[in-house]
Amino acid sequence: MTMSRDEIFQKVQEVLVDALGADDDEVTADATLMGDLGAESIDFLDIVFRLEKAFEIKVPREELFPAESLLNNPDLVNNGKLTEQGVAELRASVPHTDLTEFEKDPDINKLANLFTVNAIVNYIDGKINAA
Amino acid sequence: MRWIWIDKFLEFESGRRAVALKNVSLAEDHLHDHFPGFPIMPECLMIEAMAQTAGILVGQANDFREKVVLAKIGKAVFFDFVRPGDSLRIEAQISSIAPEAAGTTGHILRDGQRIAEVDLMFSHVDRNLAGKTFPEENFVFTGLFASLLRDVVLDATASPAESG
Repeated sequence: MTMSRDEIFQKVQEVLVDALGADDDEVTADATLMGDLGAESIDFLDIVFRLEKAFEIKVPREELFPAESLLNNPDLVNNGKLTEQGVAELRASVPHTDLTEFEKDPDINKLANLFTVNAIVNYIDGKINAA
Repeated sequence: MRWIWIDKFLEFESGRRAVALKNVSLAEDHLHDHFPGFPIMPECLMIEAMAQTAGILVGQANDFREKVVLAKIGKAVFFDFVRPGDSLRIEAQISSIAPEAAGTTGHILRDGQRIAEVDLMFSHVDRNLAGKTFPEENFVFTGLFASLLRDVVLDATASPAESG
């Protein structure tokens, strides 16, 4: 199954509208799930479940939203910021996310901003079109 | 589970779907306040009926090892009033289940007529909220509801802890 990015975006948009009760026009490519769309932790699982159904794929939660597991490791977080090792691990675990801005100031509170609609589209794109 | 709001299970397919029965009685206190002279079942209590039906379904899928708590009401739509004397058929099915959580869809029927559609998500709390700890014992599934499952699921009564 191959899909264009537009088709993927449209489906992801539908998923987020249903899961978060957002409006179509709020779910832009740059919108952040937590900041702009008001997602809470349980919503991430809801989104994972809905993506699996919509695209008929398996989505391991830590693959799509890996940052949660990093935050509990003292080697990777120091003083509210990701250490160099932490940034390296994050980069390795989220190849579908653009980290350029974040790396300038790896404050963990800004991790939330990394979860954008676009990151999900990139992830799905890699998952179904790479094979 | 501190109180039981469904009367019995009619059907129970482990890990898949469950159907429960709830008879609405004017003996229920709250119906005299909701509303005086016009008793109708509060919609939130229809959600509760679905949460119990679906929650027990999700809990049983993992042999009641997880503390299953209602985490999200994805959808709750109501089509008609429910009055004393009505028998509600609450049908729930598991749409997704993962180690940390489960999603269910369901509807409530009265005499075959659709009364409500309720989709829920349940969290397995020990596997979420990293760092927070909860009591060892399964405070969600106490022995209180075991009798509900006795007739529909073989050996289901053996698993839940006796307390509550």
